[in-house]
Amino acid sequence: MTFYLTYVLVATALFAFTALFTLFAVYSERKISAFIQDRLGPMEVGKYGMLQAFADILKMLQKEFIIPKASDKILFILAPIVIFVSVYLGFAALPWAPGIIPSSLNLGLFYIFAILSIETLGILMAGWGSNNKYALLGSMRSVAQMISYEIPAGVALISAVMISQSLNLQEISIKQGLLSTDVIYFLGIWEIKSVGGFLAWNIFQAPHLILAYIIYFIASLAECNRAPFDIPEAESELVGGFHVEYSGLRFAFIFLAEYSMMFLVGIIGVVLFLGGWNTPLPNIGSAKLATWTNGIAWGIFWILSKTLLVVAVQIWIRWSLPRLRVDQLMSFCWKVLTPLAFFCMLLSGLWRLGVMQ
Amino acid sequence: MVREVLHAFKTVFKGLALTMAHLFAARESRKVISITDKDYFLKDSGITTIQYPHQKLPVPELGRYQLDVEMDDCIVCDLCAKICPVNCIDIESIKATEAIGKTSDGTTKRLYAAKFDIDMAKCMYCGLCTVVCPTECLVMTDTYDRSMPDLKGMIYKFSEMSPEDAADKRLAIEQLNAERLAAKEAAMQQKIQN
Repeated sequence: MTFYLTYVLVATALFAFTALFTLFAVYSERKISAFIQDRLGPMEVGKYGMLQAFADILKMLQKEFIIPKASDKILFILAPIVIFVSVYLGFAALPWAPGIIPSSLNLGLFYIFAILSIETLGILMAGWGSNNKYALLGSMRSVAQMISYEIPAGVALISAVMISQSLNLQEISIKQGLLSTDVIYFLGIWEIKSVGGFLAWNIFQAPHLILAYIIYFIASLAECNRAPFDIPEAESELVGGFHVEYSGLRFAFIFLAEYSMMFLVGIIGVVLFLGGWNTPLPNIGSAKLATWTNGIAWGIFWILSKTLLVVAVQIWIRWSLPRLRVDQLMSFCWKVLTPLAFFCMLLSGLWRLGVMQ
Repeated sequence: MVREVLHAFKTVFKGLALTMAHLFAARESRKVISITDKDYFLKDSGITTIQYPHQKLPVPELGRYQLDVEMDDCIVCDLCAKICPVNCIDIESIKATEAIGKTSDGTTKRLYAAKFDIDMAKCMYCGLCTVVCPTECLVMTDTYDRSMPDLKGMIYKFSEMSPEDAADKRLAIEQLNAERLAAKEAAMQQKIQN
């Protein structure tokens, strides 16, 4: 009985986290965009407009559900649920701290990647179900883009997995810090098992993973439909893309999924390349910074701050760069990112055989 | 191809550096100073907007915003209504039986203003009326953000005359005119008899 209670509690906590994160991310996105454009942003609701996101969600909760007459009602109603649930399920296999993981799957990374591609289906359902030409165009673009960019993202992740030799996200995290049972080398030459810190992160264990991380980061931007790869939502041409016809709580769920997706792709990158919940501070002689800053609370703190930093970079990029054209998007993916990702995978194999043995 | 990609990365970082510079410059907010201040045009970084209803940039007392009429100085010459390109000024004048006083610049007033309405919803803020006004009683002020729940509220009534008062004055001038006409006719009769 308590068994099921834990299930429900963990699921509720994760849902609460995604909701709170979305509110926080919406507020920070509006503020950062305002500051970049020399504006003030929301200032009225609460001190410095801090309650603006709560006011927005309150307004959205009160809105009417509008279902267009010509829409495919079943698909239209199901789509936001499919979109959100697929992203939400991804949170199940994320490691938060040493020993803290909702579900320690051996195939964790594979599971997350598989479940995330269901979001594509939800977006297509939303676009088709709306029976609106803009929504359909947006969802078609979204699907084309997400399927294309999953390849470089996946291959870049595989090159990290080849270094870690595991698909379990908790194990991948453990292997990048003090708790590792294997011997860790910084850049393949310097044994730093007792030093830890940022030196033990995957990108410093095997430096070609820096390139892999950049590839993954770019591809992940495209996967969560964010600028400069936001042609599915292209406000100036498609009104809003696949979610044009949605209102109220259904729209809120699509929004929730979008921001949770940002967090999810950020945290996957952090776990695989940037040391997961491991501290960035190394042990220097008698100052055991890494040993002092390890533990459950510190782990949650480090992984959250790293991921929020990545999310901040995503927001920063969105408000700096113009949107790519469809053909540029596709040629960039297939002609630049995919070959580079395969090259990284090759390097990983060589590194594993030549340096790490 | 490689050169293109490198160029793309270079320009991307240039753009990102630019926005980052603006992000950090945003720590400085705009000061509420008048355009007459010598530093007004010097500021080129930081936040450019102010929190409008709470903060307002000072404007000159005779700005170029809503119109105001000093009725004591008005001689009801109707020039403003005639020059208005959008016909937003509506004046109804009544002739007085004698000079009713002087404006502050010494012009004698001979007309009552029974009606002096300016429709601010129609006004295009060209300022022509203030230019033609001979006594400078019609001016533009520094009020610029008045809003009304009803469109009729945008018609500003400047005449203080009550309808009864106006009727009295009308009657008086009619009586005077009638007397004058009678006197004239009497004079004519006299002339004919002579």
